[in-house]
Amino acid sequence: MAKKLMKGCEAIGEAAIHAGCRLFFGYPITPQNEIPEYMSARLPQVGGMFVQAESEVAASNMLYGASGAGCRVFTSSSSPGISLMMEGVSYMAGAELPVVIVNIMRGGPGLGGILPSQSDYFQATKGGGHGDYRVLVLAPSTVQEAADLVIDAFDLADKYRNPVMVVGDGLIGQMMEPVEFKKTIKPEELAEKPWATTGCAGRERNVINSLYLDPEQLEKHNWDLYAKYQSMAAEVRHEDYNTEGGCDVLIVAYGTVARIAKTAIDQAREKGLKIGLFRPITLYPYPAEALAKAALGAKAVLVAELSTGQMVEDVRAIVAGRRPVAFHGRVGGMVMGPDDLVAEAEKLVAVPA
Amino acid sequence: MYSEIVLAGFGGQGVLLIGKLMAYAGMKAGHEVTWLPSYGPEMRGGTCNCTVVLSDKPIGSPISKRPHALIVLNLPSLDKFEDTVRPGGIIVVNTSLINRLPRRTDLTVVPVPANEIALELGNARAANMVALGAFIAASGLVDRANVGEVLKESFAARPKLVAINEEALRRGFEIGQAHTTAVAAG
Repeated sequence: MAKKLMKGCEAIGEAAIHAGCRLFFGYPITPQNEIPEYMSARLPQVGGMFVQAESEVAASNMLYGASGAGCRVFTSSSSPGISLMMEGVSYMAGAELPVVIVNIMRGGPGLGGILPSQSDYFQATKGGGHGDYRVLVLAPSTVQEAADLVIDAFDLADKYRNPVMVVGDGLIGQMMEPVEFKKTIKPEELAEKPWATTGCAGRERNVINSLYLDPEQLEKHNWDLYAKYQSMAAEVRHEDYNTEGGCDVLIVAYGTVARIAKTAIDQAREKGLKIGLFRPITLYPYPAEALAKAALGAKAVLVAELSTGQMVEDVRAIVAGRRPVAFHGRVGGMVMGPDDLVAEAEKLVAVPA
Repeated sequence: MYSEIVLAGFGGQGVLLIGKLMAYAGMKAGHEVTWLPSYGPEMRGGTCNCTVVLSDKPIGSPISKRPHALIVLNLPSLDKFEDTVRPGGIIVVNTSLINRLPRRTDLTVVPVPANEIALELGNARAANMVALGAFIAASGLVDRANVGEVLKESFAARPKLVAINEEALRRGFEIGQAHTTAVAAG
């Protein structure tokens, strides 16, 4: 299939269709409106259904219902809207329902602004709603990768019967890059979901529920979920860039910031400074072992995020004092430039560890 | 080849469109491309800009704080971006709406009366295409034939507009040819 030049948001929508998803429930919010706009045009063309709900809370409960009925379902929103959906996400985690949620993050807290941000890292990777749960979190850094990961997200959601979140920022959503869709799954080709509520004629009744009033049962349910989240460790993904043979400074960054880091690496090379990049692609589960290995190959670690410091807490826990870990963050929709990252890296090598 | 290009003007002048055409043409030529719009709430009526990066290698940052080239269709855009252009770069200036030339002396300046030419052709909205024509001739970064092809594809739903836009592109191209320079860096 020939490459097309597409906006990240449109590519995300098209990828969901290629994944065999035919249902979208959502509510508009900038900067991801191109996703529902695209789905509202495309889904009817392929026999699907687009519903603009009356609110994000309603949309998330529609996802719960449709997923419970065994369908591949999808929504997208941006930070404040994702917060509103958290009721449904927690219930879907509790009822073990697969769903794909895209968060095109914007600056917060509250309504914040509409410009790029990575300040929902905690919300995405530590649960987000109430209760003891996790969702798989994928962080693309190109439009192509956004398309690939959205398709994978549907498979992962079904595999683990769990919500999967794809986090990008306004840059990934608004940017155009060439993209191709590497596979096309027809809904009728999808594996049956024997647990779904599809009508129980001739079989035992299936129940989709997150209510466990018996504490012993609920404790067992929680430990079962915990074991499932532990088993997701098999899905870790990351990219090493310019780290072969070690480096002076290892930048740890994801999404858009990782791209800025790659440009910084080229600039630093001209100055004789070797910067490497560790880019987590799964933010939950976090590629901890690979990060530890890359960090030990560097003299110092620099975590760069569009937040006041969220992922850096995980990085510090993994590096565990074996290397100095510095942080550089921009917030409010401001984005660091490659020069800023080179300057921060230079500071780290100038000061003896 | 690695080049960052910023295109800026009022919302509605079509800078996003010519940026897209440039990116499409670059993709057709086998380059890596990114197109990034400014998406603030100021889009219509305010200043509006986009950044195109063309490269032989995978592109890191899609944001440009130090572009190699600048196309400006209005004065606020020239005021805002003139100082950011790298020495040796190029600025295409829409002299129909901008009453001064760039102050920089270390750049190639391509003055184009884009609105006047577009009006002469019978459609003021083709001014963006005049500026694009001047840029591709002066920079040599994108192939004119590729731009012509993507123009036809982009206006497939409104074939009446193809001829006038092609003509606008050609007129701009002729002006740009007088300012041929090498803008590609890296």
